[in-house]
Amino acid sequence: MPALVRIVRTLRRTLLQAIPTLLGIIILNFFLLQLAPGDAADVLAGEAGSATEESVAALRARFGLDSPVLEQLATYLNNLAHFSLGFSPRYGMPVADLIAQRLPGTLTLMAVALIIAIFLGVILGSLMATFAGRIPDRLLSVFSLLFYSIPSFWIGLMLIVFFSVKLGWLPSGGSGTIGSRLTGWAALLDAARYMVLPATSLALFYVAIYARLTRASMLEVKNQDFVRTAYAKGLTPFGVTARHVLRNALIPITTMAGMHIGGMLGGAVVVETVYSWPGLGRLAFEAVMGRDFTVLLGILLLSSLLVILANAAVDLVHAWLDPRIGAR
Amino acid sequence: MSTTGVGALRNISSAYASATESEQPTAVVATEGPAWSNVKAPDARSQQSATIAITNGRRALKVFFANPNALFGTGFLCLVIAVALLAPVFFPDDPLSMVGRPFLWPGQDPAFPLGTDSLGRDVLAGILHGSRISLFVGLTATALGLTFGVLVGAASGYFGGWVDDILMRLVEIFQTLPSFVLLVVLVAIAQPSATTVTLAIAVISWPTVARLTRAEFRAIREKDFVMAARSLGFGHGRIIFREILPNALPPIIVTSSVMVATAILMESALSFMGLGDPNVVSWGSMIGTGRELVRTAWYLTALPGLAIVFTVLALNLIGDGLNDALNPRFSGDR
Amino acid sequence: MAPLLQVENLTIGFPRAEPVRNLSFEVAEGETLAIVGESGSGKSLTALALMQLLPRAARVSSGRITFDEQDLLTLDASQMRRLRGREIGMIFQEPMTSLNPVMTIGRQISEVLKVHEKLSGRAARARAIELLNLVRIPGADKRVDDYPHQLSGGMRQRVMIAMAVACRPKLLIADEPTTALDVTIQAQVLDLLDTLRRELQMAVVLITHDLGVVAQWADRVVVMYAGRKVEQALPDDLFKDPLHPYTRGLLAASPRLKNDFHYRDGALTEIPGSIVSAVGEAGCPFRPRCTQARASCGHHIPPLTVPAPDRLVACPFTSSIKAVPDAVALRY
Repeated sequence: MPALVRIVRTLRRTLLQAIPTLLGIIILNFFLLQLAPGDAADVLAGEAGSATEESVAALRARFGLDSPVLEQLATYLNNLAHFSLGFSPRYGMPVADLIAQRLPGTLTLMAVALIIAIFLGVILGSLMATFAGRIPDRLLSVFSLLFYSIPSFWIGLMLIVFFSVKLGWLPSGGSGTIGSRLTGWAALLDAARYMVLPATSLALFYVAIYARLTRASMLEVKNQDFVRTAYAKGLTPFGVTARHVLRNALIPITTMAGMHIGGMLGGAVVVETVYSWPGLGRLAFEAVMGRDFTVLLGILLLSSLLVILANAAVDLVHAWLDPRIGAR
Repeated sequence: MSTTGVGALRNISSAYASATESEQPTAVVATEGPAWSNVKAPDARSQQSATIAITNGRRALKVFFANPNALFGTGFLCLVIAVALLAPVFFPDDPLSMVGRPFLWPGQDPAFPLGTDSLGRDVLAGILHGSRISLFVGLTATALGLTFGVLVGAASGYFGGWVDDILMRLVEIFQTLPSFVLLVVLVAIAQPSATTVTLAIAVISWPTVARLTRAEFRAIREKDFVMAARSLGFGHGRIIFREILPNALPPIIVTSSVMVATAILMESALSFMGLGDPNVVSWGSMIGTGRELVRTAWYLTALPGLAIVFTVLALNLIGDGLNDALNPRFSGDR
Repeated sequence: MAPLLQVENLTIGFPRAEPVRNLSFEVAEGETLAIVGESGSGKSLTALALMQLLPRAARVSSGRITFDEQDLLTLDASQMRRLRGREIGMIFQEPMTSLNPVMTIGRQISEVLKVHEKLSGRAARARAIELLNLVRIPGADKRVDDYPHQLSGGMRQRVMIAMAVACRPKLLIADEPTTALDVTIQAQVLDLLDTLRRELQMAVVLITHDLGVVAQWADRVVVMYAGRKVEQALPDDLFKDPLHPYTRGLLAASPRLKNDFHYRDGALTEIPGSIVSAVGEAGCPFRPRCTQARASCGHHIPPLTVPAPDRLVACPFTSSIKAVPDAVALRY
């Protein structure tokens, strides 16, 4: 019961703190995008090729692009209050639907990448901490720094060259075999085959971060008195690491994982363009190219919301891992 | 692709350290009250701390140059800088112009040691010239981001109160926005050019510095020598820049090398996506154009990528070396 | 009958120092042996050596540790693990940091029982509650689910004790068990240790720098200085008639042993210098700080002699020093 109280209290505090931030983000984004030259009507007209002054003005009026800025903002905020993100002239559909279409792709990609990154990172970091200062540690340290220095889009392309062009093992893009009617395990396996390369490209950078963080964190925890107590109880080194060191060392790692959700979303934008992965990142890129403000606003807002939610989730994990949090 | 990379990771520990420090009420001037009857004393004190800082600096330099990784990083970075400066001497022609037969593989023609691309442009010339934009963007964006971040962080940490509240709210907004998405938006709005890319990277990178500087300032402003300076009626500017900032520098220096690395990665990712300066050859744009031919001529993407990897790796090695040299608490277990 | 624990000529070495040199002592079953010395005298390292838990850089360079007729230094890692927590329990100085902050105290106690007695989760929990009762924690059945930060320092040390005695060890090593606690709590915790010793028939190695603790709870006392044993005696003899100049200094520096002494009456006596000054010197390690030092003290390390039954002292001049009144002996 105290754990639940703690967690609820933490959640409430986190969400309350997020409200002004979210408001700030909405307003900032809106005004930022107002600064942009050209608008969706220009682009649409340009694409149609035979645009006249009148037809452009008509388009503007239709999408409310000709009203004063403050009014547009008010409209936008009002729509938001009704859970509507507006209408995309370019795609001809509500932004919320558009995002809802693409969101699962990105979330899956990010989740898989995050799991790979944390899993590998924690294992590598534990190894480094165990052999601290010796050859395996030094080698892994250099490797992790190398991973940290590789741009994700480049490693993505190199993986394509190696695994799909040279070896032919894995598909080079997309999110599933087109036109296949697979179900059950076969479908999952098919999806996994498409997932491996993009998720690995995205994860590699974070593997490096988590490995280094785990190493530092474990070395710090290992020197603490309660670890000696655990040895004095007659636990095996593995038991001490698994039951005592790791859980304490994971606390800063969860903080970092939360901080990286935003960064990972950015990484997803690039990786999605490399693998033509149908996700939010690619949509954002297309929206920028097409100057589709409504879509962009929606994506920025939603990804910020995602970051806030991720932080709340991290706070919860934190409160669960560390009983001292939320007790105050 | 994140500003909160290893830099933040390194800083998290120092932030923890300073947080715990600031929680403890520091014994302030009162205990040493009589000692300050001599008006010269505080100056002596700050001079003393300055000399300590210098000897520490020397010691740090020694540690830094005793580290083979850091030496390698520094050496490679110097090479890249030399290449960037000398590129117009070696290859005075525009690297975007056609000079030979297209699709020459590396080693096929001694005139083009790294081959040519689909339009017959010299890959080696491209890579050498590409270092210019990478370094320019990386260094300038970092300088701008550092300056702004330090100013904001210093004001926030030093003054506290409502200044701190407002500035930190701003920092929080910027840190919640996914930085690369924001970067893409900023560059797209402002039209891609070397200047806008640099400014945009600076805009997304300052919050990390601000947060770090704030944490350092909050810890240091409670220290005795700052109290002494304050009790003598020194102006805020003098206390901030002459008393606190020099002591807050080590973690900021470590962060700056990682910031340059991150900025170079960001620039290359933007150019890769076609959001770089269209008139300048850059490593990212070379990869972006080579990408279409990755099945047949993969060297066109591999080679500029290696240039990015090694340059960024060099910077990160330097950052690691600086961290070991300036942060003795963590160098012991390496 | 062989003693439960016998330490012979134990030397512990770091790459550049030997913080414990040629140390010998023994502990009989059910006995409390106090090892006294200031910080840096090597007493905590000795305790860790008994558990084979020395820091990585340190190692036992020579000597023998016999516990229950087994040579601990020849045991392999898994044999040693079977002893730790089951045959030898240990309590550390800092109850604040010696418990895992993210695990309930119940689980931390159960852990020992699960490892050594292969108890099921439920049985271990029941035993943990019993143990918490044994160490006099009120409301043990509720407290068992508390985290360490919810307990006071004294309570945490009781939890440490519960953990250490969970498997009824034959030997309990208590490394400064009360140093970090309030004075009022100290006596309670030591009382508890003493009661448990009798109830569970344990031997106790009590490591402390506090002679007050020794006077009340020890059966025998070993005084260490700079990694060596300088004196060994029964507590009564030691307090009545300290032989080694260092012991005399310790006694004078300990306020609680003099009933009429109050802080206001005067500054506490200090032993001049510090233990660091002893490193790298030839001759008696205490010589640089000794008020009675003579030229011959610098020649060689004084051997342990037997001035009286049940006593050992490493100073050849004890009889002449005894003639000097306390106040003179400690002036510097």
